[in-house]
Amino acid sequence: MNLAVTALDSTHGFLSPSGVEIVFVLVGLGVLGAALLTVTTKQLVHAALWLVVALGGLAVEYLLLTAEFIAWVQVLIYVGAVVVLVLFGLMLTRAPIGASPDADSGNRPLAFGVALAAAATLVTLVVDAFRSTWIDLGTVAGSTKANGVTLFRYWVLPFEALSVLLLAALVGAIVLSRRNANARDEKER
Amino acid sequence: MNSTLDALVRCIAVLLVFLVFPLVIGQTEHKVMAHMQGRLGPMYAGGFHGWAQLVADGVKFAQKEDVVPAGADRRIFQLAPAVALLPYLLALVAIPLGPNDLVGQGVDAGLFFVLAVMGVGVLGSLMAGWASANKFSLLGGIRTAAQLMAYELPMLLAAASVAMAAGTVSLTGILGAFHWWWVPWQIVGGFVFFVSGLAELQRPPFDMPVADSEIIFGAYTEYTGLRFALFLLSEYAGILVVSALTAVLFLGGWHGPMADSLGWLWMLLKTFALAFLVIWIRVTYPRLREDQLMRFAWTVLIPLSLAQLALTGIVKVVIS
Repeated sequence: MNLAVTALDSTHGFLSPSGVEIVFVLVGLGVLGAALLTVTTKQLVHAALWLVVALGGLAVEYLLLTAEFIAWVQVLIYVGAVVVLVLFGLMLTRAPIGASPDADSGNRPLAFGVALAAAATLVTLVVDAFRSTWIDLGTVAGSTKANGVTLFRYWVLPFEALSVLLLAALVGAIVLSRRNANARDEKER
Repeated sequence: MNSTLDALVRCIAVLLVFLVFPLVIGQTEHKVMAHMQGRLGPMYAGGFHGWAQLVADGVKFAQKEDVVPAGADRRIFQLAPAVALLPYLLALVAIPLGPNDLVGQGVDAGLFFVLAVMGVGVLGSLMAGWASANKFSLLGGIRTAAQLMAYELPMLLAAASVAMAAGTVSLTGILGAFHWWWVPWQIVGGFVFFVSGLAELQRPPFDMPVADSEIIFGAYTEYTGLRFALFLLSEYAGILVVSALTAVLFLGGWHGPMADSLGWLWMLLKTFALAFLVIWIRVTYPRLREDQLMRFAWTVLIPLSLAQLALTGIVKVVIS
Protein backbone atom coordinates (compact mmCIF):
# COMPACT_ATOMS: atom_id res chain seq x y z
CA MET A 1 0.00 0.00 0.00
CA ASN A 2 2.61 2.43 1.18
CA LEU A 3 4.78 1.80 -1.84
CA ALA A 4 2.10 2.71 -4.35
CA VAL A 5 1.41 6.01 -2.64
CA THR A 6 5.05 7.03 -2.70
CA ALA A 7 5.29 6.10 -6.34
CA LEU A 8 2.24 8.08 -7.43
CA ASP A 9 3.22 11.12 -5.41
CA SER A 10 4.82 13.48 -7.91
CA THR A 11 6.63 15.64 -5.39
CA HIS A 12 9.51 13.36 -4.49
CA GLY A 13 11.97 15.04 -2.23
CA PHE A 14 15.06 13.99 -0.40
CA LEU A 15 13.78 15.66 2.76
CA SER A 16 10.62 13.59 3.12
CA PRO A 17 11.76 10.02 2.65
CA SER A 18 9.36 7.10 2.88
CA GLY A 19 9.95 4.16 5.19
CA VAL A 20 11.29 1.99 2.40
CA GLU A 21 13.81 4.66 1.41
CA ILE A 22 15.04 5.02 4.98
CA VAL A 23 15.49 1.25 5.27
CA PHE A 24 17.23 1.22 1.89
CA VAL A 25 19.75 3.82 3.00
CA LEU A 26 20.34 2.12 6.35
CA VAL A 27 20.93 -1.28 4.74
CA GLY A 28 23.19 0.42 2.19
CA LEU A 29 25.28 1.89 5.00
CA GLY A 30 25.45 -1.58 6.56
CA VAL A 31 26.65 -3.06 3.27
CA LEU A 32 29.27 -0.32 2.97
CA GLY A 33 30.50 -0.98 6.50
CA ALA A 34 30.68 -4.73 5.93
CA ALA A 35 32.52 -4.20 2.64
CA LEU A 36 35.05 -1.90 4.34
CA LEU A 37 35.58 -4.50 7.06
CA THR A 38 36.07 -7.15 4.38
CA VAL A 39 39.08 -5.35 2.95
CA THR A 40 40.51 -3.99 6.19
CA THR A 41 40.23 -6.91 8.63
CA LYS A 42 43.49 -8.71 9.31
CA GLN A 43 41.82 -12.11 9.67
CA LEU A 44 41.31 -13.90 6.37
CA VAL A 45 38.26 -15.96 7.26
CA HIS A 46 36.63 -12.94 8.92
CA ALA A 47 37.05 -11.13 5.60
CA ALA A 48 35.17 -13.92 3.83
CA LEU A 49 32.39 -13.83 6.45
CA TRP A 50 32.08 -10.04 6.23
CA LEU A 51 31.76 -10.58 2.48
CA VAL A 52 28.75 -12.80 3.25
CA VAL A 53 27.19 -9.94 5.22
CA ALA A 54 27.86 -7.46 2.41
CA LEU A 55 26.43 -9.75 -0.28
CA GLY A 56 23.42 -10.62 1.87
CA GLY A 57 22.79 -6.92 2.47
CA LEU A 58 22.88 -6.35 -1.29
CA ALA A 59 20.24 -9.07 -1.66
CA VAL A 60 18.07 -7.15 0.83
CA GLU A 61 18.54 -3.99 -1.27
CA TYR A 62 17.34 -5.88 -4.35
CA LEU A 63 14.33 -7.05 -2.35
CA LEU A 64 13.52 -3.48 -1.32
CA LEU A 65 13.55 -2.53 -5.01
CA THR A 66 11.08 -5.43 -5.62
CA ALA A 67 13.66 -7.35 -7.66
CA GLU A 68 12.88 -10.57 -5.84
CA PHE A 69 14.29 -13.02 -8.36
CA ILE A 70 17.66 -11.26 -8.54
CA ALA A 71 17.79 -11.14 -4.75
CA TRP A 72 17.44 -14.91 -4.32
CA VAL A 73 19.83 -15.62 -7.19
CA GLN A 74 22.30 -13.30 -5.47
CA VAL A 75 22.04 -15.35 -2.27
CA LEU A 76 22.13 -18.67 -4.13
CA ILE A 77 25.15 -17.92 -6.30
CA TYR A 78 27.26 -15.55 -4.23
CA VAL A 79 26.60 -16.60 -0.66
CA GLY A 80 25.82 -20.26 -1.38
CA ALA A 81 28.50 -20.97 -3.97
CA VAL A 82 31.16 -18.27 -4.36
CA VAL A 83 31.78 -17.67 -0.66
CA VAL A 84 31.73 -21.41 0.03
CA LEU A 85 34.41 -21.76 -2.65
CA VAL A 86 36.43 -18.95 -1.05
CA LEU A 87 36.12 -20.56 2.39
CA PHE A 88 37.11 -23.92 0.89
CA GLY A 89 40.25 -22.35 -0.55
CA LEU A 90 41.05 -20.63 2.75
CA MET A 91 40.62 -23.88 4.66
CA LEU A 92 42.84 -25.78 2.23
CA THR A 93 45.60 -23.23 2.80
CA ARG A 94 44.98 -23.53 6.55
CA ALA A 95 44.13 -19.90 7.24
CA PRO A 96 45.18 -19.40 10.85
CA ILE A 97 42.88 -18.24 13.61
CA GLY A 98 43.87 -14.70 14.54
CA ALA A 99 45.57 -12.03 12.46
CA SER A 100 47.62 -12.94 9.40
CA PRO A 101 50.23 -10.16 9.18
CA ASP A 102 51.41 -11.31 5.74
CA ALA A 103 47.94 -10.70 4.31
CA ASP A 104 48.74 -7.02 3.80
CA SER A 105 50.59 -6.26 0.61
CA GLY A 106 52.50 -3.15 -0.39
CA ASN A 107 49.90 -2.41 -3.04
CA ARG A 108 47.55 -0.83 -0.53
CA PRO A 109 47.69 2.78 -1.79
CA LEU A 110 47.43 1.61 -5.39
CA ALA A 111 44.45 -0.62 -4.60
CA PHE A 112 42.82 2.25 -2.76
CA GLY A 113 43.29 4.51 -5.79
CA VAL A 114 41.81 1.92 -8.16
CA ALA A 115 38.85 1.33 -5.86
CA LEU A 116 38.20 5.05 -5.55
CA ALA A 117 38.39 5.56 -9.32
CA ALA A 118 36.06 2.62 -10.00
CA ALA A 119 33.57 3.86 -7.40
CA ALA A 120 33.69 7.43 -8.79
CA THR A 121 33.09 6.18 -12.36
CA LEU A 122 30.15 4.00 -11.29
CA VAL A 123 28.53 6.68 -9.16
CA THR A 124 28.89 9.29 -11.93
CA LEU A 125 27.48 6.84 -14.46
CA VAL A 126 24.47 5.87 -12.36
CA VAL A 127 23.69 9.43 -11.30
CA ASP A 128 24.01 10.66 -14.88
CA ALA A 129 21.91 7.82 -16.28
CA PHE A 130 18.96 8.06 -13.90
CA ARG A 131 19.15 11.59 -12.46
CA SER A 132 15.79 12.12 -10.79
CA THR A 133 13.98 9.08 -12.17
CA TRP A 134 11.89 7.34 -9.52
CA ILE A 135 11.17 3.66 -9.70
CA ASP A 136 7.49 2.87 -9.28
CA LEU A 137 7.73 0.33 -6.48
CA GLY A 138 3.98 -0.25 -6.51
CA THR A 139 4.17 -2.52 -9.54
CA VAL A 140 6.59 -5.37 -9.02
CA ALA A 141 9.23 -4.82 -11.68
CA GLY A 142 11.62 -7.63 -10.86
CA SER A 143 9.39 -10.70 -10.68
CA THR A 144 10.64 -13.94 -12.20
CA LYS A 145 8.26 -13.60 -15.12
CA ALA A 146 9.27 -10.00 -15.91
CA ASN A 147 12.94 -10.98 -15.76
CA GLY A 148 12.43 -13.96 -18.05
CA VAL A 149 10.45 -11.94 -20.60
CA THR A 150 13.02 -9.13 -20.76
CA LEU A 151 15.97 -11.50 -20.84
CA PHE A 152 14.70 -13.77 -23.60
CA ARG A 153 12.88 -11.17 -25.67
CA TYR A 154 15.34 -8.26 -25.73
CA TRP A 155 18.65 -9.56 -24.41
CA VAL A 156 18.94 -13.01 -25.98
CA LEU A 157 22.17 -12.31 -27.87
CA PRO A 158 24.19 -11.05 -24.84
CA PHE A 159 22.76 -13.94 -22.84
CA GLU A 160 23.92 -16.50 -25.40
CA ALA A 161 27.29 -14.78 -25.80
CA LEU A 162 27.77 -14.98 -22.02
CA SER A 163 26.84 -18.66 -22.06
CA VAL A 164 29.47 -19.35 -24.71
CA LEU A 165 32.02 -17.38 -22.69
CA LEU A 166 31.27 -19.41 -19.56
CA LEU A 167 31.42 -22.65 -21.55
CA ALA A 168 34.81 -21.63 -22.92
CA ALA A 169 36.03 -20.90 -19.40
CA LEU A 170 34.74 -24.30 -18.26
CA VAL A 171 36.46 -26.16 -21.08
CA GLY A 172 39.61 -24.13 -20.48
CA ALA A 173 39.65 -25.08 -16.80
CA ILE A 174 39.30 -28.78 -17.67
CA VAL A 175 42.06 -28.58 -20.30
CA LEU A 176 44.42 -26.82 -17.89
CA SER A 177 43.86 -29.35 -15.11
CA ARG A 178 44.26 -32.30 -17.51
CA ARG A 179 47.50 -31.01 -19.01
CA ASN A 180 49.03 -30.70 -15.57
CA ALA A 181 47.98 -34.24 -14.75
CA ASN A 182 49.57 -35.55 -17.97
CA ALA A 183 52.80 -33.68 -17.32
CA ARG A 184 52.99 -35.17 -13.86
CA ASP A 185 52.40 -38.67 -15.25
CA GLU A 186 55.24 -38.26 -17.72
CA LYS A 187 57.56 -37.03 -15.02
CA GLU A 188 56.75 -40.08 -12.93
CA ARG A 189 57.59 -42.37 -15.82
CA MET B 1 -5.08 -4.81 11.24
CA ASN B 2 -6.56 -8.00 9.82
CA SER B 3 -3.61 -8.59 7.52
CA THR B 4 -1.19 -7.97 10.38
CA LEU B 5 -3.01 -10.55 12.49
CA ASP B 6 -3.00 -12.96 9.56
CA ALA B 7 0.75 -12.56 9.09
CA LEU B 8 1.30 -13.02 12.83
CA VAL B 9 -0.73 -16.24 12.90
CA ARG B 10 1.17 -17.60 9.91
CA CYS B 11 4.53 -16.78 11.50
CA ILE B 12 3.55 -18.48 14.74
CA ALA B 13 2.27 -21.53 12.84
CA VAL B 14 5.56 -21.84 10.92
CA LEU B 15 7.51 -21.41 14.15
CA LEU B 16 5.44 -24.17 15.81
CA VAL B 17 6.06 -26.52 12.89
CA PHE B 18 9.76 -25.67 13.09
CA LEU B 19 9.88 -26.35 16.83
CA VAL B 20 7.83 -29.56 16.84
CA PHE B 21 8.39 -31.51 13.62
CA PRO B 22 12.21 -31.81 13.74
CA LEU B 23 11.89 -33.22 17.28
CA VAL B 24 9.29 -35.71 16.05
CA ILE B 25 11.64 -36.75 13.24
CA GLY B 26 14.52 -37.04 15.70
CA GLN B 27 12.51 -39.22 18.06
CA THR B 28 11.29 -41.31 15.10
CA GLU B 29 14.89 -41.81 14.05
CA HIS B 30 15.87 -43.11 17.50
CA LYS B 31 12.96 -45.51 17.61
CA VAL B 32 13.10 -46.71 13.98
CA MET B 33 16.84 -47.28 14.14
CA ALA B 34 16.53 -49.12 17.42
CA HIS B 35 13.84 -51.46 16.14
CA MET B 36 15.50 -52.06 12.76
CA GLN B 37 18.71 -53.03 14.50
CA GLY B 38 16.94 -55.15 17.11
CA ARG B 39 18.02 -53.08 20.10
CA LEU B 40 15.39 -51.37 22.16
CA GLY B 41 17.13 -48.44 23.82
CA PRO B 42 15.38 -46.54 26.63
CA MET B 43 11.84 -47.95 26.90
CA TYR B 44 10.57 -46.89 30.34
CA ALA B 45 10.70 -43.09 30.58
CA GLY B 46 7.17 -41.74 30.28
CA GLY B 47 5.57 -45.12 29.65
CA PHE B 48 4.85 -45.76 25.97
CA HIS B 49 8.10 -46.69 24.19
CA GLY B 50 10.07 -44.33 26.41
CA TRP B 51 8.81 -41.19 24.70
CA ALA B 52 9.84 -38.94 27.59
CA GLN B 53 13.48 -39.82 26.98
CA LEU B 54 13.41 -37.00 24.41
CA VAL B 55 12.58 -34.51 27.16
CA ALA B 56 15.28 -36.00 29.38
CA ASP B 57 17.80 -35.65 26.54
CA GLY B 58 16.84 -32.01 26.11
CA VAL B 59 17.32 -31.34 29.81
CA LYS B 60 20.65 -33.16 29.70
CA PHE B 61 21.87 -30.99 26.81
CA ALA B 62 20.77 -27.82 28.60
CA GLN B 63 22.64 -28.82 31.78
CA LYS B 64 25.97 -29.49 30.09
CA GLU B 65 28.70 -26.90 30.31
CA ASP B 66 29.07 -24.74 27.22
CA VAL B 67 32.78 -25.05 26.47
CA VAL B 68 34.61 -22.84 23.99
CA PRO B 69 38.12 -24.16 23.26
CA ALA B 70 40.93 -21.82 24.28
CA GLY B 71 42.40 -21.57 20.77
CA ALA B 72 39.03 -21.11 19.06
CA ASP B 73 37.75 -18.01 17.33
CA ARG B 74 35.22 -17.25 20.03
CA ARG B 75 32.57 -15.20 18.25
CA ILE B 76 32.42 -17.31 15.08
CA PHE B 77 32.46 -20.51 17.14
CA GLN B 78 29.42 -19.30 19.08
CA LEU B 79 27.58 -17.93 16.07
CA ALA B 80 27.91 -21.06 13.92
CA PRO B 81 25.00 -23.12 15.36
CA ALA B 82 22.56 -20.25 14.74
CA VAL B 83 23.76 -19.85 11.16
CA ALA B 84 23.25 -23.60 10.67
CA LEU B 85 19.75 -23.70 12.17
CA LEU B 86 17.93 -20.48 11.23
CA PRO B 87 17.96 -20.90 7.41
CA TYR B 88 15.74 -23.97 7.75
CA LEU B 89 13.20 -21.91 9.67
CA LEU B 90 13.18 -19.39 6.81
CA ALA B 91 12.89 -22.15 4.22
CA LEU B 92 9.78 -23.56 5.94
CA VAL B 93 8.01 -20.22 5.43
CA ALA B 94 7.74 -20.74 1.67
CA ILE B 95 6.76 -24.43 1.58
CA PRO B 96 3.02 -24.89 0.95
CA LEU B 97 1.17 -27.25 3.26
CA GLY B 98 -2.19 -27.37 1.50
CA PRO B 99 -4.38 -25.87 -1.20
CA ASN B 100 -6.03 -22.44 -0.99
CA ASP B 101 -3.04 -20.47 0.20
CA LEU B 102 -2.22 -22.73 3.14
CA VAL B 103 1.41 -21.59 3.19
CA GLY B 104 3.52 -19.45 5.51
CA GLN B 105 4.13 -16.83 2.85
CA GLY B 106 3.75 -17.35 -0.88
CA VAL B 107 7.07 -16.31 -2.42
CA ASP B 108 7.15 -15.51 -6.13
CA ALA B 109 10.50 -17.22 -6.67
CA GLY B 110 9.84 -19.76 -3.90
CA LEU B 111 12.00 -22.52 -5.35
CA PHE B 112 15.01 -20.22 -5.61
CA PHE B 113 14.29 -18.85 -2.15
CA VAL B 114 14.29 -22.26 -0.48
CA LEU B 115 17.39 -23.51 -2.30
CA ALA B 116 19.28 -20.26 -1.69
CA VAL B 117 18.46 -20.24 2.01
CA MET B 118 19.46 -23.90 2.38
CA GLY B 119 22.81 -23.07 0.81
CA VAL B 120 23.39 -20.48 3.53
CA GLY B 121 22.85 -23.12 6.23
CA VAL B 122 25.99 -24.95 5.19
CA LEU B 123 28.03 -21.87 6.07
CA GLY B 124 27.31 -22.80 9.70
CA SER B 125 29.21 -26.09 9.37
CA LEU B 126 32.08 -24.33 7.61
CA MET B 127 32.30 -21.67 10.32
CA ALA B 128 32.20 -24.33 13.02
CA GLY B 129 34.86 -26.37 11.28
CA TRP B 130 37.25 -23.48 10.91
CA ALA B 131 36.65 -21.70 14.22
CA SER B 132 37.12 -24.79 16.42
CA ALA B 133 40.93 -24.71 16.03
CA ASN B 134 40.94 -28.47 15.67
CA LYS B 135 42.36 -30.46 12.77
CA PHE B 136 39.51 -32.94 12.73
CA SER B 137 37.02 -30.09 12.64
CA LEU B 138 38.91 -28.44 9.81
CA LEU B 139 38.92 -31.71 7.85
CA GLY B 140 35.18 -31.94 8.42
CA GLY B 141 34.75 -28.38 7.20
CA ILE B 142 36.76 -29.05 4.04
CA ARG B 143 34.77 -32.20 3.33
CA THR B 144 31.52 -30.28 3.88
CA ALA B 145 32.53 -27.60 1.38
CA ALA B 146 33.69 -30.10 -1.26
CA GLN B 147 30.52 -32.15 -0.86
CA LEU B 148 28.30 -29.10 -1.06
CA MET B 149 29.92 -27.89 -4.27
CA ALA B 150 29.57 -31.34 -5.85
CA TYR B 151 25.94 -31.90 -4.92
CA GLU B 152 24.49 -28.39 -5.26
CA LEU B 153 24.62 -28.60 -9.06
CA PRO B 154 22.56 -31.78 -9.61
CA MET B 155 20.09 -30.57 -6.97
CA LEU B 156 19.55 -27.28 -8.79
CA LEU B 157 19.30 -28.99 -12.19
CA ALA B 158 16.70 -31.45 -10.90
CA ALA B 159 14.70 -28.60 -9.36
CA ALA B 160 14.99 -26.63 -12.60
CA SER B 161 13.46 -29.57 -14.45
CA VAL B 162 10.27 -29.30 -12.34
CA ALA B 163 10.22 -25.53 -12.74
CA MET B 164 10.42 -26.01 -16.50
CA ALA B 165 7.58 -28.53 -16.44
CA ALA B 166 5.36 -26.19 -14.42
CA GLY B 167 6.43 -23.00 -16.14
CA THR B 168 6.91 -21.23 -12.80
CA VAL B 169 9.38 -21.14 -9.91
CA SER B 170 6.72 -20.40 -7.30
CA LEU B 171 6.13 -23.46 -5.10
CA THR B 172 2.39 -22.85 -4.91
CA GLY B 173 2.36 -22.33 -8.69
CA ILE B 174 4.18 -25.61 -9.25
CA LEU B 175 1.60 -27.46 -7.15
CA GLY B 176 -1.20 -25.68 -8.99
CA ALA B 177 0.12 -26.97 -12.32
CA PHE B 178 0.73 -30.52 -11.04
CA HIS B 179 -0.81 -33.58 -12.74
CA TRP B 180 -0.43 -37.15 -11.57
CA TRP B 181 1.61 -38.16 -14.64
CA TRP B 182 4.35 -35.78 -13.57
CA VAL B 183 5.46 -38.38 -11.02
CA PRO B 184 6.66 -40.94 -13.61
CA TRP B 185 7.79 -38.09 -15.91
CA GLN B 186 10.03 -36.48 -13.27
CA ILE B 187 10.97 -39.63 -11.36
CA VAL B 188 14.68 -39.49 -12.33
CA GLY B 189 14.85 -35.84 -11.28
CA GLY B 190 13.13 -36.78 -8.02
CA PHE B 191 15.77 -39.43 -7.34
CA VAL B 192 18.59 -37.00 -8.10
CA PHE B 193 17.05 -34.26 -5.95
CA PHE B 194 16.43 -36.52 -2.96
CA VAL B 195 19.90 -38.07 -3.07
CA SER B 196 21.55 -34.65 -3.44
CA GLY B 197 19.44 -33.42 -0.55
CA LEU B 198 20.73 -36.30 1.59
CA ALA B 199 24.28 -35.36 0.61
CA GLU B 200 23.71 -31.71 1.40
CA LEU B 201 22.39 -32.65 4.85
CA GLN B 202 25.42 -34.93 5.34
CA ARG B 203 23.16 -37.86 6.10
CA PRO B 204 24.38 -41.43 5.66
CA PRO B 205 25.53 -42.79 3.26
CA PHE B 206 26.94 -39.33 2.52
CA ASP B 207 28.12 -38.50 6.04
CA MET B 208 31.82 -38.25 5.28
CA PRO B 209 32.06 -34.72 6.79
CA VAL B 210 30.79 -35.95 10.16
CA ALA B 211 32.19 -39.50 10.03
CA ASP B 212 32.48 -40.23 13.75
CA SER B 213 34.79 -43.21 13.36
CA GLU B 214 37.31 -41.28 11.23
CA ILE B 215 37.23 -37.61 12.14
CA ILE B 216 35.16 -37.65 15.35
CA PHE B 217 32.05 -35.85 14.09
CA GLY B 218 34.03 -33.39 11.97
CA ALA B 219 33.03 -29.77 12.42
CA TYR B 220 31.07 -30.52 15.61
CA THR B 221 33.92 -32.17 17.54
CA GLU B 222 34.45 -29.29 19.96
CA TYR B 223 30.79 -28.46 20.58
CA THR B 224 29.02 -29.32 23.80
CA GLY B 225 25.67 -28.79 25.43
CA LEU B 226 23.04 -26.63 23.82
CA ARG B 227 25.13 -25.57 20.85
CA PHE B 228 25.73 -29.19 19.92
CA ALA B 229 22.00 -29.84 20.36
CA LEU B 230 21.30 -26.97 17.95
CA PHE B 231 23.48 -28.63 15.31
CA LEU B 232 21.61 -31.91 15.80
CA LEU B 233 18.32 -30.03 15.57
CA SER B 234 19.44 -28.35 12.36
CA GLU B 235 20.07 -31.79 10.88
CA TYR B 236 16.53 -32.89 11.70
CA ALA B 237 15.08 -29.58 10.47
CA GLY B 238 17.06 -30.17 7.28
CA ILE B 239 15.46 -33.62 6.89
CA LEU B 240 12.06 -31.98 7.28
CA VAL B 241 12.80 -29.29 4.66
CA VAL B 242 14.34 -31.67 2.12
CA SER B 243 11.51 -34.21 2.55
CA ALA B 244 8.84 -31.52 2.28
CA LEU B 245 10.51 -29.99 -0.76
CA THR B 246 10.83 -33.37 -2.49
CA ALA B 247 7.16 -34.03 -1.73
CA VAL B 248 6.15 -30.65 -3.18
CA LEU B 249 8.31 -30.83 -6.29
CA PHE B 250 8.11 -34.48 -7.27
CA LEU B 251 5.21 -36.14 -5.41
CA GLY B 252 2.54 -33.50 -5.83
CA GLY B 253 2.47 -32.08 -2.28
CA TRP B 254 -1.13 -31.76 -1.17
CA HIS B 255 -2.59 -33.49 -4.26
CA GLY B 256 -4.54 -36.65 -3.46
CA PRO B 257 -8.10 -37.85 -2.88
CA MET B 258 -10.26 -35.10 -1.29
CA ALA B 259 -7.39 -32.62 -1.61
CA ASP B 260 -9.64 -29.67 -0.77
CA SER B 261 -10.29 -30.78 2.80
CA LEU B 262 -7.48 -33.28 3.41
CA GLY B 263 -4.68 -31.66 1.38
CA TRP B 264 -2.58 -30.86 4.45
CA LEU B 265 -2.82 -34.50 5.55
CA TRP B 266 -1.49 -35.76 2.21
CA MET B 267 1.37 -33.31 2.36
CA LEU B 268 2.27 -34.42 5.89
CA LEU B 269 1.98 -38.11 4.98
CA LYS B 270 4.28 -37.70 1.97
CA THR B 271 6.77 -35.63 3.97
CA PHE B 272 6.96 -38.08 6.82
CA ALA B 273 7.12 -41.08 4.46
CA LEU B 274 10.18 -39.46 2.88
CA ALA B 275 11.65 -38.67 6.29
CA PHE B 276 11.17 -42.32 7.21
CA LEU B 277 13.01 -43.24 4.01
CA VAL B 278 15.89 -40.97 5.06
CA ILE B 279 16.14 -42.83 8.36
CA TRP B 280 15.78 -46.22 6.67
CA ILE B 281 18.65 -45.39 4.29
CA ARG B 282 20.81 -44.45 7.27
CA VAL B 283 20.25 -47.81 8.88
CA THR B 284 20.73 -49.75 5.64
CA TYR B 285 23.74 -48.39 3.77
CA PRO B 286 27.37 -48.07 4.86
CA ARG B 287 29.19 -44.79 4.45
CA LEU B 288 30.70 -43.99 1.04
CA ARG B 289 34.38 -43.24 0.70
CA GLU B 290 35.27 -39.64 -0.14
CA ASP B 291 36.34 -40.44 -3.73
CA GLN B 292 33.25 -42.62 -4.29
CA LEU B 293 31.14 -39.75 -3.05
CA MET B 294 32.65 -37.30 -5.53
CA ARG B 295 32.55 -39.78 -8.42
CA PHE B 296 28.89 -40.53 -7.71
CA ALA B 297 27.99 -36.84 -7.91
CA TRP B 298 29.96 -35.97 -11.03
CA THR B 299 29.52 -39.16 -13.09
CA VAL B 300 26.05 -40.36 -12.08
CA LEU B 301 23.88 -37.60 -10.65
CA ILE B 302 24.83 -34.72 -12.98
CA PRO B 303 24.42 -36.74 -16.22
CA LEU B 304 21.11 -38.10 -14.88
CA SER B 305 19.85 -34.61 -14.03
CA LEU B 306 20.91 -33.29 -17.45
CA ALA B 307 19.08 -36.20 -19.11
CA GLN B 308 16.00 -35.39 -17.03
CA LEU B 309 16.25 -31.74 -18.09
CA ALA B 310 16.41 -32.78 -21.76
CA LEU B 311 13.45 -35.15 -21.33
CA THR B 312 11.42 -32.43 -19.63
CA GLY B 313 12.20 -30.00 -22.44
CA ILE B 314 11.23 -32.48 -25.18
CA VAL B 315 7.96 -33.52 -23.54
CA LYS B 316 7.14 -29.89 -22.79
CA VAL B 317 7.60 -28.90 -26.44
CA VAL B 318 5.62 -31.92 -27.68
CA ILE B 319 2.57 -31.36 -25.46
CA SER B 320 2.38 -27.59 -25.86
